[in-house]
Amino acid sequence: MISAPTNPLAIIAELTHRCPLHCVYCSNPVELQSRANELDTQTWSRVFREAAELGVLQADFTGGEPLARTDIVDLVRAARTAGLYINLITSGLPLDEARLDALLGAGLDHLQLSFQGAREEIAAEISGTKSHAQKLRVLQWLKSRRIAVTLNFVIHRSNIDQIEEMLALAEFSSATRVEFANVQYYGWAFANRERLLPTRAQLDRSIAILKSAQERLRGKIRVEYVVPDYYAKYPKPCMGGWGRKLMLITPTGDALPCHAAQIIPGLHFENVKHRGLREIWENSAAFQKFRGQAWMQEPCKTCDRREQDFGGCRCQALLLAGDASATDPVCSLAPTRGKVDAILAAVNKPSAAEPSLTTPAWLYRPNPA
Amino acid sequence: MTPDPQSHPRLAPGCRLGENNQQRVLLMPERALRLNGPSLEIVQRCDGKHTVQQIITDLQQIYSKAEPKKVETDILGYLTLLHDQRALDFDA
Repeated sequence: MISAPTNPLAIIAELTHRCPLHCVYCSNPVELQSRANELDTQTWSRVFREAAELGVLQADFTGGEPLARTDIVDLVRAARTAGLYINLITSGLPLDEARLDALLGAGLDHLQLSFQGAREEIAAEISGTKSHAQKLRVLQWLKSRRIAVTLNFVIHRSNIDQIEEMLALAEFSSATRVEFANVQYYGWAFANRERLLPTRAQLDRSIAILKSAQERLRGKIRVEYVVPDYYAKYPKPCMGGWGRKLMLITPTGDALPCHAAQIIPGLHFENVKHRGLREIWENSAAFQKFRGQAWMQEPCKTCDRREQDFGGCRCQALLLAGDASATDPVCSLAPTRGKVDAILAAVNKPSAAEPSLTTPAWLYRPNPA
Repeated sequence: MTPDPQSHPRLAPGCRLGENNQQRVLLMPERALRLNGPSLEIVQRCDGKHTVQQIITDLQQIYSKAEPKKVETDILGYLTLLHDQRALDFDA
């Protein structure tokens, strides 16, 4: 039995898989859950109370599109009453001024608006929906209201060269924070990765722009970015370590240590309908599975960095190395790093920069029933 | 930038005090900052009513054993850090 090192700091509440967008890199599982199976308002409210009692500080309301829930204002009020800080991560599509004011009145602390690009054309291609103009309207509404705003741009090969325009959009808004999150390659993004991975030259140029923007905008906008870890020397400390800081609740109530954990064979996930949050966090087999270091293989087992990156991402180890207990293959010390290098070599071939006619078409995420 | 002593620091939108396991924290988008002793005394005064100078004077009194100049430097450094984190605005 490995005891939980501490309490979780945040819960990621995936309120629904329903979404008006169909993004080709969606972090939702490939098996989407329908509305009929979603947790009801009362169950979520109990989960928020249990989370606050467990020591959780923040709730991330996400989805799918969390505003697809007709009870979203009640959920915000319930989480705020429980004592949580509430981040709403939204496309902004199902929003109007009255609904925004109702959310603020219920205690919403922070709104993160996701963007698929700086312009309509690329955003529409990626999301399979026309949504950009509405996002610009939402930015205007936010300007006249007292709320923290983050703009989130999901970055990939087709939009990485628009970062200056994205920064301009952030400067024109009331955002105090802007995130440039390179796509992470699981689920839908893994299926589409050959068209999504930027080239090395694109990545280097973008990092130079972002570093200079961090300096220029200091004290105005916090500029944060996540590089695609295929290009990194060491893996990311995925979720801050398995079962160390974060807990994700799916629309149907399964409690997961990370977004993609359901792809790992042999793991059984407890459901909040049947178990308390503290019991799941401290004792469930799924949260125990990769906690601590006992599960590690070489080179992680004796590596000086094992307390920094916790062996990287378990789901990426499964997807690329075929073994969820292996060292994350993006690590330069991993025996399977060759698989990542082969993918990068294909992406960085001179002919690969522009998708050709033979490039496979996007696999769009559908909307569940 | 160094804060103007006559300006009034105020927590930015979406930043507020919270508590967790008897530990006071400053909650902000996607993160939280632990507050202890002096940092809590400072943040509690970032209410848009105290000036930077008043905060310095208050803390010099509370921490009267510390070197006053050092208290001032530490406060200005902490306020700058919070401002860079976008947790703080300075009203005129």
